[in-house]
Amino acid sequence: MSEKQVSKKIVLHFPKSLINEPIVYRLIKDFNLKYNILKAQILPDQEGLMVMDLSGKEKDYKKGIDYLKKTGVSMQLLSKDIRRDEDSCTHCGACIVICPTEALRPDKKTGKVIFDSEKCIACELCIDPCPVRAMELHF
Amino acid sequence: MAKTIKEINEKIKKGKAVVVTADEMTELVKKEGVKKAAVKVDVVTTGTFGPMCSSGVFLNFGHTNPKMKFSKVWLNNIEAYAGLAAVDVYLGATQMPENDPLNRMYPGKFLYGGGHLIEDLIRKKKIDFRAESYGTDCYPRKEFKTKITLNDLNEAFMLNPRNAYQNYNCAVNLSDKTIYTYMGVLKPNLGNANFCSAGHYSPLLNDPLYRTIGVGTRIFLGGGEGFVVSSGTQHSPCAKRNTKGIPETPAGTLMVQGDLKMMSPEWVRGVSMLGYGVSLMIGIGIPIPVVDEEIAASCGTSDEEIVCPVVDYSKDYPAATGKSLGKVSYSMLKSGQIELRGKKVPTASLSSYPGAVKIAGILKKNILRGKFLLGEPQSLLPGPDSGIKFKSLK
Ligand code: SF4
Ligand code: SF4
Repeated sequence: MSEKQVSKKIVLHFPKSLINEPIVYRLIKDFNLKYNILKAQILPDQEGLMVMDLSGKEKDYKKGIDYLKKTGVSMQLLSKDIRRDEDSCTHCGACIVICPTEALRPDKKTGKVIFDSEKCIACELCIDPCPVRAMELHF
Repeated sequence: MAKTIKEINEKIKKGKAVVVTADEMTELVKKEGVKKAAVKVDVVTTGTFGPMCSSGVFLNFGHTNPKMKFSKVWLNNIEAYAGLAAVDVYLGATQMPENDPLNRMYPGKFLYGGGHLIEDLIRKKKIDFRAESYGTDCYPRKEFKTKITLNDLNEAFMLNPRNAYQNYNCAVNLSDKTIYTYMGVLKPNLGNANFCSAGHYSPLLNDPLYRTIGVGTRIFLGGGEGFVVSSGTQHSPCAKRNTKGIPETPAGTLMVQGDLKMMSPEWVRGVSMLGYGVSLMIGIGIPIPVVDEEIAASCGTSDEEIVCPVVDYSKDYPAATGKSLGKVSYSMLKSGQIELRGKKVPTASLSSYPGAVKIAGILKKNILRGKFLLGEPQSLLPGPDSGIKFKSLK
C-alpha cells in the first residue's frame, strides 16, 4: 500500500544556539525526507533563516516536524493558499475590480467569475470585500 | 391580438403555453419583430439575485408553559422586534448582534447579522433563542431560553417591504480615498464602478409600466413560491422614462411575501458588506404574461436600451444632492468597463447575473411543466400617472 506523500514550503528560524547543529542533516537521514533549500541566510542578530521545500511520506513528515519543534527551531508554512468556496460563490463579480492580478475575472461567455489560482498571489485583498466571504485563506 | 391571464393559464394547464426567458424574448423580438413575438409567446420569465436590504421575516414561536408575552427577543444574540402580540416577532435583514464592533474597527467586517440568521433558519440550523418580559396575570413568565430550528416554528413568513428595485444607481467614488458602501468597496479616483441590477433580466424592467404585475402576482421567491403584496416602500413610478416607458433612475419597487419553510439557502444568502453592514441576497423571478404587443416590446428590450445614473458615493449620495455624473447603459456596464470623465473605469456587479439567468430558467421550466400558474393581479401598482413623489425627511 502506497502511503500519502506530502510536500510543503516551510520557513525555519534557527536560534543562535542551534546554528551549528546538524539539524537539517538529521531531518533527512532519520526521517527519510527530501528537501530543496529555496533560501538560507544568517540574519544580523545571528539567527538562521531557511526556506525549504520539504517532502516525504506523511507519517515521516509529521515525525520530522515534531523533531524540528523539539530542537527549538520555529517553523511556519510559507505559502498561504487562497481558495474559493465554490458552493458559496454567487458569481456576483464584486471581487473582479479588487483583484490586482486578474486571478478573478469574468468569463464573458457564461457571465460567471473565474478564479484562476495560478495567477493568485495570495494578497488577501478579495477576502473581506466578498459579500458572502467565499474567498478563504488556507495555510 | 390581446390575451388574458386566464387564457394563458388554460394553456399552461394543458402544457401548450409557449414560455421563454427575458433573454430569449430579446433575441426573438430582434429576429422576428414585436408582432410575431407577441402572438407566439405566452409568458416571459425574468430573474434577479442581488442584495435587498429592506427584507425580513415574521416568526411565530408558539407559547411557553407558563405563558409569556415576549417584550424583547434575541436570536443568536440579534434582536428581533417583539412589539407585536405575545409570541410574534419581526427580524430584519440588516440587524446586527448587540456585541458587534460595527464600524468601530473601520472598515467593519459585519460577519454575522440578520441576513445570515435568516439563511441559517432556512438551512435548518439550531438557533439560540432568548426572551425577556415584564410579566402579566395572563402571561406570568419573565424569561425564557432555548434552542430552535425553523421546523419548531408555527409560521415563518418572509415579508420584504422593498425588493426588486426597478433600475438602480451605478456607484463610483470621486474622492481620493477608498470608501465602503452598500454598493461595495469603491476605490478612489474612479477606481471602479459598481452596479446592482440584472438589466434586461430584471422583473420590473420587463413590465416597466406595471401593466401585468400587481397585488397577488405569483412569483419565485428565495427558491419557493411567493406573492407580490403591493408596491414597495419608496415606489416612485413618476421617475423619468424613455419612449418605451423604461425608467432612467431607480423607480418602482415591490413588497413581496413568501413562506420561509419553502425556501432554499441557494437563493437566500446573508451578505456582509465591508464597512457598511449586513444585507440579504434574495432570488426573485416574476413571470410576465405577454398580454399584448406593448408587453412583448418591453420584454424584448435589450441592455443597450436600459440606462442608469452614475452617482458619486463619496459626496453626492451622502449629501443627497441628487446629482448624477451621467448615464450609462447596462450593456456597457456588463462589458466590464465604462468611460467616465475620459477615464476607463472597470465595472463590477453586486447582483449575480448567472443567478438571474438560472432563476428565469427555473421559472420557465416550472411553468412549462404546469407546476406554476400565473397569479391574476387583484389591482395594479400605482403607475406614472399616479402623481406619487419621492419625499425626503426635513
Ligand atoms: S465577490 Fe465573492 S461571491 Fe462574488 S464572485 Fe467574487 S468570490 Fe464569488
Ligand atoms: S488573494 Fe489577491 S491575487 Fe489572489 S484572488 Fe484574491 S485579490 Fe486576487
